[in-house]
Amino acid sequence: MTLKAWMPATALAAVFALAACSGETGSSGDDAASASSESGDVVRYSLDPYPSTYVPRASGVTLIQHATVFDGVGGRIEDGDVLVENGRITAVGTGLEAPEGATVIDAAGRYVTPGIIDIHSHLGDYPSPGVSAHNDGNEATSPVTAEVWAEHSVWPQDVGFEAALAGGVTTLSILPGSANLFGGRGITLRNVAGRTVQEMKFPDAPYTLKMACGENPSRVYGSRGQSPATDMGNMAGYRAAWQSAVEYRTSWTDYWASAEAGEEASPPSRNLELDTLMGVLDGEILVQMHCYRADQMAQIIDLSHEFGYQVSAFHHAIEAYKIPDLLAENGTCAAVWADWGGFKMEAYDSIHENLPMVHAGGACAMIHSDSESGIQRLNQEVAKALADGRRAGIDISDADAWRWLTSNPATALGILDQTGSLEVGKRADIVLWSADPFSTYARADRVWIDGALSYDRRDEDMQPVRDFMLGQPGEGDQ
Amino acid sequence: MQRFISAIALSMALAAPGLAQSYAVTNGRVVTNTDAGIIESGTVLVRDGSIVAVGGDVTIPVGTTVIDADGGWITPGLFAPVTQLGLIEVALEGSTNDVSADSSPYSVALDVADSFNPAGMHIASNRLGGITRAALYPGTGWNIFAGQGALIDTTGSNTSLFEDASFVFADLSQSGAATAGGSRSAAWTYLDAAFADARGYPGRFSGDHQGDALNRYDAAALVPVVRGRIPLVMEIDRAADIRRALRFRAEHAPMQLIILGGAEAWMVADELAAAGVPVLIDPIRNLPSSFDAIASTLEAAHRLQQAGVTVAYTTQTADGYFNARLLTQHAGNAVAHGVPWDAAFRAITLTPAEIYGVGDRFGALAAGYTGDVVVWDGDPLEVMSAPVAMLINGEPTAMTSRETQLRDRYINITDETPFAYRR
Repeated sequence: MTLKAWMPATALAAVFALAACSGETGSSGDDAASASSESGDVVRYSLDPYPSTYVPRASGVTLIQHATVFDGVGGRIEDGDVLVENGRITAVGTGLEAPEGATVIDAAGRYVTPGIIDIHSHLGDYPSPGVSAHNDGNEATSPVTAEVWAEHSVWPQDVGFEAALAGGVTTLSILPGSANLFGGRGITLRNVAGRTVQEMKFPDAPYTLKMACGENPSRVYGSRGQSPATDMGNMAGYRAAWQSAVEYRTSWTDYWASAEAGEEASPPSRNLELDTLMGVLDGEILVQMHCYRADQMAQIIDLSHEFGYQVSAFHHAIEAYKIPDLLAENGTCAAVWADWGGFKMEAYDSIHENLPMVHAGGACAMIHSDSESGIQRLNQEVAKALADGRRAGIDISDADAWRWLTSNPATALGILDQTGSLEVGKRADIVLWSADPFSTYARADRVWIDGALSYDRRDEDMQPVRDFMLGQPGEGDQ
Repeated sequence: MQRFISAIALSMALAAPGLAQSYAVTNGRVVTNTDAGIIESGTVLVRDGSIVAVGGDVTIPVGTTVIDADGGWITPGLFAPVTQLGLIEVALEGSTNDVSADSSPYSVALDVADSFNPAGMHIASNRLGGITRAALYPGTGWNIFAGQGALIDTTGSNTSLFEDASFVFADLSQSGAATAGGSRSAAWTYLDAAFADARGYPGRFSGDHQGDALNRYDAAALVPVVRGRIPLVMEIDRAADIRRALRFRAEHAPMQLIILGGAEAWMVADELAAAGVPVLIDPIRNLPSSFDAIASTLEAAHRLQQAGVTVAYTTQTADGYFNARLLTQHAGNAVAHGVPWDAAFRAITLTPAEIYGVGDRFGALAAGYTGDVVVWDGDPLEVMSAPVAMLINGEPTAMTSRETQLRDRYINITDETPFAYRR
């Protein structure tokens, strides 16, 4: 399957016009603490005030041999080898020579895949244990809270991260909840143990914006007697916010044009909420939108046309199978569960074949968890959907289905150039499975992140244990 | 392709009830759940609702409808031990959700049989996951007692509820403590007082007297529990609370106790095994979801099984009304974490039937058992397998649901017939 050009061509290359820095995330945070940096007389704000401090652990040279390899972009290699050097994949094929000093792993009878990417997680924001103090995922105090950032809620000691790692998840997107029309910014993390969330942040990954359709916002605010109380109130709320963002953006671009021309100009007042929406209009921040019903997704697509932005992916998208043509036409992905449904009216039409039917309809499809439990077995979730699709006559190969776990979520998160497939030059995010990962009985034997062995099922020293579990009954158990 | 033909044969049989009452499910790997073990290529013969023969060389009488398993698996139907099938249509819509009653003056007396809707849409979709029998659970409202549970089959017929008042369910976990007044002490004191009320029923309620904890109706409903005729299911996770429950049981003989949840039951496994108290546990529940469940682990099912505890599996981390059908996946993951296949499969078939006292009728393929038979296209605990044909009460059931109808309506998106006219 070929993905349509679903992102604005400029999305990855564009430099957010507010940027004062060179654009290299992780090195641009020097002025993060200052509200603004005045270079000359032109006021600009840092785009990256909370920079990633992620440093990959040392990667040796590793050659995994004789495995069945799924490359995550539709390829399958029998008796395949993957070579890792300096944290990157340097060769994928058969009969590769081991460089001197390489760790050689005989994976005969086993399977190798890219690390799984979960585009919809609340780990850290709704961590275990689920006590009231950990209720950090929904800033449900106003329907538009584009100014909040999920990373500011992430508790890096959530044991859910290590459970997800044992399930082969190497990258995950932490989103705010869906109580609000605009829930706030999402953050893409490496699934590594960090003392701070900054140590987990995926360098250079674009920010995302969580938005929500349907019952949640109208129920939360309608029950308080405020807007939105209905679906039409939801739409009015989005439109009002986008209109403000368009005007805000114009005020800044006008200001910069004048200031750079040496004219007398005073900068607009900074608005943190509209900063985020302006980032979307500039193609810099990717919209991830919770939306269940087909008709509502169609309304949102029109909304995005009205204000000139792109919806990266509809999340949950229970009824995406009814409109794969519309999704394909607009280059919007659907991130779905295999079989959740029934919990609210807009989830009533859930079917098992949603994922394969969206894919077969030509749109970009992927699995997601939205669950600290489901994230541990996303391979099984895909297996179920794939098998149900085949029973309905939709013939999709195992190798293609691996896109739903790796390259498609990487695309929708804007990180496909970094991870999401086993291709030369990519980050060496790799899972070695004990058996076919579409079997219930398969377990992740080993997981590498940036080429560093990060989890080994048979070596307790290679199994992370977060602070919370120290001294507790069951410490170290999975 | 032959499997497909079998399905057609079945639907023809469905269309003409009464013509064929004998079925031979044949040419498959038969999991008996009895001493006969697994029969590599066998036949299950069903007549007038019941199984009459199981084996590798069963003679199929003339006139029997043959269901060819085509080399797949033939198993007893699944018994889902904890569900709300037919109690919820849309969970968040209170008008369609009859699980719990926050504002009722009653507690133990509440009977799920009065709420059960056999026409609920999710019954068929769960049946398509291989479930033929299920226990129905009320949920707790204002009181630690949720009410009385029942047993159903998944035919969706108006006779599908086949046992009423099969058990009473109560919450003795942290949430039960909150309900009872704010502490574990409050919950156990209330429970003790409730038992005293039931033991004293009806004499204690003569004249103007009321019970210490229960009203007249609720006390009457608790009598069978106090006398040990039906079990009390306690939802508990914390190891210390399970020990408290075992002590309560010993002090209140002959009551029967079942533990639901049991996140930390593995820490008390020897005591549970010695007491013969069964545990209903979700084998994939492994995160410390609360301070009651700190020791949750994927190893729990295996540790309980090794200690000799009677265990049935639930879908607690999913739900009990839409996705009880994930039982096979949950059981398969127990196998991935050490439980022998036979024990894991038993934990979603015969063991739950035994826990609810109906293990002599359901959960095994043997002469005399009810004709609940499932044909699978592969190992039922593999996520890529699914049922392709089923008998319940010895009769074929439809392999369609509202979900499959939606699928078939939209699967050919370029169909020129407007969607609403495709059925």
